[in-house]
Amino acid sequence: MSKNILLYSAILIFGLVAPFVFPAFKVQLSILCVLIVLATTWNIQGGEMGYNTFGNILFYGLGMYLCASVQVGMFFPLAEWTESGGEKTFVHTPAQFFQGMAVGLVVAAVVPTIVAGLIGYAILGLRGHYFAICTLGLGVAAGEISGGIEIIGAGQGFTTPPFPEVGGLEARGEFFYFLSFGALILTFVAVRAIYSTRFRLILNAIRDNEDKAEAMGIETMKYKIIGWMVSAFFCGLAGGIMGGLVGYIDSTDVAFDGREMGVFMVLMAILGGKGTLWGPVIGATVFHIFKEGFWTFFLGWQYVALGVLIVVIVIYFPEGIMGWLREKYPEKFGEVIDEKDRKAQVELK
Amino acid sequence: MITVQACLDGLLLGILFALIAYGMALQWGVMNIINIAQGDLVILGGYIAYFMYLYGIHPAWGVIVSPIIMYFIGVGIYKLVINKVVDRDLFISILATFGISILFMQLMNFAFGADVVLANSGYGTTMLFDNNVTLPNSKIFSAVISIVFAIGLVIYMKKSKLGRAIRATAQNSRAAKILGVDTEKVYAATFGINAALCGVAGALISITFTIHPYMGLPYTIRSFMIVIVAGLGNLPGVAMSGMGLGVFEEFADYILGTEFRIGAVFLLLVLILVYRRFKLSRKREYLK
Repeated sequence: MSKNILLYSAILIFGLVAPFVFPAFKVQLSILCVLIVLATTWNIQGGEMGYNTFGNILFYGLGMYLCASVQVGMFFPLAEWTESGGEKTFVHTPAQFFQGMAVGLVVAAVVPTIVAGLIGYAILGLRGHYFAICTLGLGVAAGEISGGIEIIGAGQGFTTPPFPEVGGLEARGEFFYFLSFGALILTFVAVRAIYSTRFRLILNAIRDNEDKAEAMGIETMKYKIIGWMVSAFFCGLAGGIMGGLVGYIDSTDVAFDGREMGVFMVLMAILGGKGTLWGPVIGATVFHIFKEGFWTFFLGWQYVALGVLIVVIVIYFPEGIMGWLREKYPEKFGEVIDEKDRKAQVELK
Repeated sequence: MITVQACLDGLLLGILFALIAYGMALQWGVMNIINIAQGDLVILGGYIAYFMYLYGIHPAWGVIVSPIIMYFIGVGIYKLVINKVVDRDLFISILATFGISILFMQLMNFAFGADVVLANSGYGTTMLFDNNVTLPNSKIFSAVISIVFAIGLVIYMKKSKLGRAIRATAQNSRAAKILGVDTEKVYAATFGINAALCGVAGALISITFTIHPYMGLPYTIRSFMIVIVAGLGNLPGVAMSGMGLGVFEEFADYILGTEFRIGAVFLLLVLILVYRRFKLSRKREYLK
């Protein structure tokens, strides 16, 4: 236990001082926080519950649009804002900006949760690949439809309010860093708390055998919907933050970007190890370092690299880093090993 | 008149969708794999015909050349990737083919550019009903060719030795293996035939409509939708639901506007799945 406290406080201290120690990497670190949030929430669905979804991008994009729309719409007419595009006729005062952001983030988290509840009731009755393809369809449909709606910028995109001029040049990066770091802490603490209750066992039961779980008297539908609502909440929050961070929202390239973010969150969770608390965190970190480190070498070829990466990870490394560690050092994961038996098995190979 | 126009366009388009969906049903039934890269194979087949057109050969020959090339590409994909995911969790195969899809999309973008292209067949158009309904001859050509290929494939599956082996593997791969069918070879051939069908469809699409490197995913979704509506191994059903989808799409195009066309297709998929789920859940069953 004391080891855990040390680890957590080390991470917390690192997170708090990181923007001042590595000021050049502030944006990267903020994106990393968002990626970890997305991977962790995907893991609730895909890893713990066994419902592999491509559709969490729906909540992410919804959160992004909602946060920006609320932030603008609270003070100025939204239609005129999007119509004016890059040339701003309205300027947020600092107080307006922060109020708008706060309300926007709340809306960005709450509305996707409700949407998840409603959609979840309809589609969580599907299983396996039907669910996967259905959520894929939802994500793409959302992108296509939002690309046709005028008031949120349609095809030409939506510029989010620029950061007000307070606190010097570094203020914007620090604000968004601490916002996303806060979201990360919130997500991690919440998910960790959830995983230590009976709820996780129920989700695992659904993953392992849903019919049996139902026969044991678990209302699987209820728990599936709650599980999806939890992921939607944090996905929406992450989307809202990311919208402000990027500063520009496009329907298919930024918000409902199934080809990038939608696959990234699946890939990160699988890379780290599905169905573990730390797996997505590690996976997201490794993936982000890899992406930022090598993307520049593959300039223009990054999607080719991404495609190859997906195929390689999925085929040769489906258990992920945590799964590999578990195979290698089972004692560390609380599994009791009979040494004699283990050696005998090794000899057999 | 717009109604007649939309219906005719939709029906002719739907026959093409049915051809792609037939390929998907074939490999889904035999290998139990959902190939997200299906649409990208279609587009790749289209680019083969387009290149023949660029080099001065009439693109209609693409209908013969493209499936031959695509067959080998399909077998290659099988040997490299698919044979490692055949017996595993379905999500693994979905994700792996999703990776292939992204890879193909981007490679095609590099190789052929991000422009919308079409191969001009120069077949002209037919006017019907006092010039109120225009019907490009290329669409009629593509529908006829699709039907010829579909019927040819059905006969091949019924009569030939390989066709019998494929059907046996689809029924029970273990039993087929015991009785001396080389299932590995059958899988490779199935995936190759699927890719070849995509090649035919792609060549026809490049003649009748347009192709673009990123247009693959909607074709995958359409064929998936057609297969789940019709059921595996139900060819008349596939043809019917393909044409139904074509008509739906044309009407969505007219009523909602072109920008919502793809969105309408994807939403229809969600609606169909939700409808089936509620219908089945009354009997406490689910889609398998």
